[in-house]
Amino acid sequence: MTYVRPKFRHPELPKNKLGYTLSYYEGALSTLCAGCGHDSISAAIVQACYDLDIEPHKVAKLSGIGCSSKTPAYFLSNSHGFNSVHGRMPSVATGANLANRDLKYIGISGDGDTASIGMGQFVHVIRRNLNMLYVVMNNGCYGLTKGQDSATADAGSKNKTGQVNLFQSIDLASLAIELGATFVAQSFSGDKQQLVPLMKAAMKHQGFAFINVISPCVTFNNNVGSTKSYDYVREHVEATGTLDFVPMMSEITTEYAEGSTEHLVLHDGSIIELHKLADGWDPHNRISAINAVQHAKAKNEILTGLLYMEKETTDLHDMLGTTDIPLNSLTKEILCPGSGKLKELNDSLR
Amino acid sequence: MKPTDIQNPEYFHKVVDCQYACPAHTPVPEYIRLIAEGKYTEAYMINWDSNVFPGVLGRTCDRPCEPACRRGRVEEEPVAICRLKRVAADNKGDVKQHMPHGPFPANGKKIALIGAGPASLTVARDLAPLGYEIHLYDEQKLGGGFMRSQIPSFRLPETVLNEEVDYILDLGIHTHFNTYVSSLKEILARSYDAVFVGSGAPRGRDLPDMEGRKEGDANIHIGIDWLSSVAFEHTNKIGKKVIVLGGGNTAMDCCRTSRRLGGEEVRVIVRSPFAEMKASPWEKEDAMHEDIPIIDNHVPKSFVVTDGKLKGMMFEKVHAVYDDAGKRKLVPTGEPEVFYEADDVLVAIGQENSFPWIERDLGLEFDKWNMPVVDPITYCSTNKKVFFGGDAAFGPKNVITAVAHGHQAAISIHLACEGQDMMNRLAPFVNLTNMKMGIHEWSYDSMVVNDERYVVPQADKKITLTNRKQEVELGFDRLDGFKEAQRCLNCDVQTVFTESKCIECDACMDVCPTSCITFTVNEEEHDLRQHLKVPAMNLTQDLYVSDILPTKRVMVKDEDVCLHCGLCAERCPTSAWDMKKYFYNVTKAVNACQQEAIV
Repeated sequence: MTYVRPKFRHPELPKNKLGYTLSYYEGALSTLCAGCGHDSISAAIVQACYDLDIEPHKVAKLSGIGCSSKTPAYFLSNSHGFNSVHGRMPSVATGANLANRDLKYIGISGDGDTASIGMGQFVHVIRRNLNMLYVVMNNGCYGLTKGQDSATADAGSKNKTGQVNLFQSIDLASLAIELGATFVAQSFSGDKQQLVPLMKAAMKHQGFAFINVISPCVTFNNNVGSTKSYDYVREHVEATGTLDFVPMMSEITTEYAEGSTEHLVLHDGSIIELHKLADGWDPHNRISAINAVQHAKAKNEILTGLLYMEKETTDLHDMLGTTDIPLNSLTKEILCPGSGKLKELNDSLR
Repeated sequence: MKPTDIQNPEYFHKVVDCQYACPAHTPVPEYIRLIAEGKYTEAYMINWDSNVFPGVLGRTCDRPCEPACRRGRVEEEPVAICRLKRVAADNKGDVKQHMPHGPFPANGKKIALIGAGPASLTVARDLAPLGYEIHLYDEQKLGGGFMRSQIPSFRLPETVLNEEVDYILDLGIHTHFNTYVSSLKEILARSYDAVFVGSGAPRGRDLPDMEGRKEGDANIHIGIDWLSSVAFEHTNKIGKKVIVLGGGNTAMDCCRTSRRLGGEEVRVIVRSPFAEMKASPWEKEDAMHEDIPIIDNHVPKSFVVTDGKLKGMMFEKVHAVYDDAGKRKLVPTGEPEVFYEADDVLVAIGQENSFPWIERDLGLEFDKWNMPVVDPITYCSTNKKVFFGGDAAFGPKNVITAVAHGHQAAISIHLACEGQDMMNRLAPFVNLTNMKMGIHEWSYDSMVVNDERYVVPQADKKITLTNRKQEVELGFDRLDGFKEAQRCLNCDVQTVFTESKCIECDACMDVCPTSCITFTVNEEEHDLRQHLKVPAMNLTQDLYVSDILPTKRVMVKDEDVCLHCGLCAERCPTSAWDMKKYFYNVTKAVNACQQEAIV
């Protein structure tokens, strides 16, 4: 019995600006079921980090519990990682981010981890506008415990045993927009064309970026009648627009007809190019974003792509006025400025 | 691109680079797996069926398979395919029981084979079991041809050669050794049903017009004639200072043989730059290991003879200049000519065909280079009773090419004797077998080992240089043979794609360690090659393209650096990818070793 990834890679594998090949961003070989959508999302994260020339040691990946939360083992082996308690990833991410704001934070969660046990954590991390990418790998079932319906399973969706779900689903994207998240997107694991640029934009967003990714569970929720199967999602997917991510300082090469293209400028000067926009949708308008999602829902469609983005945001560090320097780099001189400074302070209070 | 037709037996054959490159298309990965399993006899028989001389070729083959080996494209060195063949030969058990046993019921047809080299012997092996009465003619006292006369015994022990020649002669071949055939007309008059000419390229090139050639003749020898004379023990010594002219494998054999017959200062002097010499890299290495300098870019100008005795040679120094078309020209550097001392000079600057014994009025056409006109598929000449193979057919090549010719000529002879059309040839034997046994379980070692190529141990130079018959290479022992065999990527275990099962989850594309698989919109081949995950720039390797999938994309697999690790099939939820062993075997005139029983 062997299940080992060979060490050989394509000899012509290109390198990014840092001189790393894509393989430098890989993780361990996945032990999820063959064909799991989560593996595609891991691959999209690998591709996005490679494309953005991110140094892996400048990334922290955090997760809770579940199939989704296993995936940080399967990407970015050279990054920091924390596999936390079920549903508590946002708290750990908040603590880590407060201690070291220089790292990029990628939180990985699932529909159970976010929409059930971690719901309280999820809504509060949105309120805090923590600077992180929060990915939900949403398959509508509890894959790790043999496929029971989760809180994101649609009412009327049939599971593998033929049982129809009676309860309303929680729409995480709508919820995030409602709660004031500053970057909200929805995507499908089977569409890397869309997912990779979304990931890149989300990682460049200064503030809380949320991506809800429909990710079919091949083992327990890929049957006829399920609304989260590969076939169903492919048939019902509708995009807000096609999307390109243009890094800072790059030339815009693609050309589209006047009026159909929108350029969204991100914090660092990089740009999201949106084409063929959906009617009546403005990515900067929270109400139109909610409308677009609800309209699509009414038509039995799954709206994917960028849903909402705020241009200028104030993240948790800015709100709290914390130091720019990571805590581990604060020197004694900064922390104990001496009796002179103390005297100055005391004098100012007299 | 159109979807790939995997029903065409040549598609998957081409993926097995080593087998495809082998002139006889030996099923290489199949026998390498058998070696890893310790089934040396079976591995030997796979070889014997295809290339007839596994023990000989496992020591002396030109190994066209190794430069083709896929492993050489993902790391430094290919699998030591040739020396693994020797492991099978060295460790085999009783192979004779798997070979055809005479006497065979006669079919009343008589065949003459001219020359007892590898081509003729292959024809003999393929036709004898079918009941042909076979008459084998050779001017030497033993069979083997080139393999005996020109490959020195320190590379190929006589016992190994005798064994493999005897397997064939024991099939009931009528041998006429010590018989020089001086007239084809005479042979044809003896009412043979067919005549096969496997007389090699027996004439070594000389420098007849060079100054001093005649005066120094006593100490100037033609390389292949001299090697032959050593092999048959007519020559047993040479001068202390020897110059070998030429840069091919014969030159390497000449210089190394000289070192064993008393040559102390042996030099190889060659016109071309070192890197462009015709000799195989390993043969050059072996020569240099025996303290033989190879002096390149030196063109011989004259033999220096004083008082009727050869003293040495004068050379002009040159350097290579290439024109825009890459054609090489050797341009003198302008330096004064240099002198190298020599007691003897061996001229090994090539060999050519020579057919003084074939009359020109037999309806057998010759071309402007005085070569017989031979059909490249049937190996039949313009005289429908006369066939050619080996070096005699298309000029000097090598043993494995001669064997491949022999197989094809035997088919033609058999068809002709049966009164059938010679072009009515059977397709190859092919089979595709599923390798899946369970989750993470395959019936082949799918794991790719990282070991670098193992080095074949050699006997001590002190011993080999004093005894001409001491074999230099000792061969892999069983353990090293196993480890080297594990380096094989099992390229014959094919990745087979069934589009109707694919759900386009991308798992295969994500897991493939060498980025071979891409799902993308279909385009013409040129554009498609550019737009893969890693552009497919090795144009000698095919793209495997599926039919259009539900999302209007196609699956494209670049075969170039696929490791055949099976991870695509492992991660495929629907078995749209499957690993299937592809067995391809060239159809011969006779099913020589009952291959179905083994495979």
